[in-house]
Amino acid sequence: MMNVTVLQFPGTNCEYDTKYAFEKLGCNVEIIWHKDTTLPENTDLLVIPGGFSYGDYLRSGAIARFANIMNAVQEYASNGGKVLGICNGFQILLEAGLLPGAMKRNDSLHFISKFNYLKVINNDNVFLKELNIGDIVNIPVAHHDGNYFIDETGLKELESNNQILLKYCEKDGNEQNLNGSVSQIAGICNKEKNIFGLMPHPERAIEQLLGGDDGIRMLQGFFK
Amino acid sequence: MKAIVNVALKQGVLDDQGKATHHALDTLGFKEVVKDVRIGKQIVIELNSSSKEIAKAEVTNMCEKLLANTVIEDYEIEIVG
Repeated sequence: MMNVTVLQFPGTNCEYDTKYAFEKLGCNVEIIWHKDTTLPENTDLLVIPGGFSYGDYLRSGAIARFANIMNAVQEYASNGGKVLGICNGFQILLEAGLLPGAMKRNDSLHFISKFNYLKVINNDNVFLKELNIGDIVNIPVAHHDGNYFIDETGLKELESNNQILLKYCEKDGNEQNLNGSVSQIAGICNKEKNIFGLMPHPERAIEQLLGGDDGIRMLQGFFK
Repeated sequence: MKAIVNVALKQGVLDDQGKATHHALDTLGFKEVVKDVRIGKQIVIELNSSSKEIAKAEVTNMCEKLLANTVIEDYEIEIVG
């Protein structure tokens, strides 16, 4: 059985959804408080879930980055451990420098909360390997600061290393500007392809009853 | 003494809040006088530093580590008092 560790900061609010989703996929899930200094030794996947850690004070993810547990996260990630940051978790990974770029306020200045289509851009990684390039999935987004910024040099690097995972799109796959993100980027990974970040919430799309289950195909990648 | 730190998006990084505020000022009748609007934040820090030079160095360190995200933001430090 795969062991998933989910981090919890003050203001995190997706840890139980994340736990539910991974348990549904047959994983053993443990939630770890930010004051802890070590991760469970058997961790196969570390998830930094969504929410509003530290009230998004200063910048989203800026304070969480300095939590006690983050030293262990840095060490786990640099040893090749698999890390997935969802929404606020993605913002924390950016602030921690574990992924390149930064988040700005959505260009509409509105909080966006709805199902949105995403196109798979690269699948040569453990996260999206169950999907095909060009596949379109329908996954909820819920964020205020999801306007991904990276400079031109950085963008070229992401492109040439196949680090762009997902882009926002219309139902038919056409380009869509959801929130002002550079190149409509919704999710990226690091060069080594063990650290993943995305603004949409795959853990909220695992039941047809709740609007769709495209998230299963995404999260499954880590275990198949 | 006190440090007044101003943090704002870098020139060249689109400031959507500044743009929206600029538009609002235009519609309020300030179109002729307003050339550009940039929005940032001000952080005021009370310090125990022994000199202005040391204070400046310490606050610079704080900006690099936490107060600004230098991927998208610039900062200015003023030491007063």
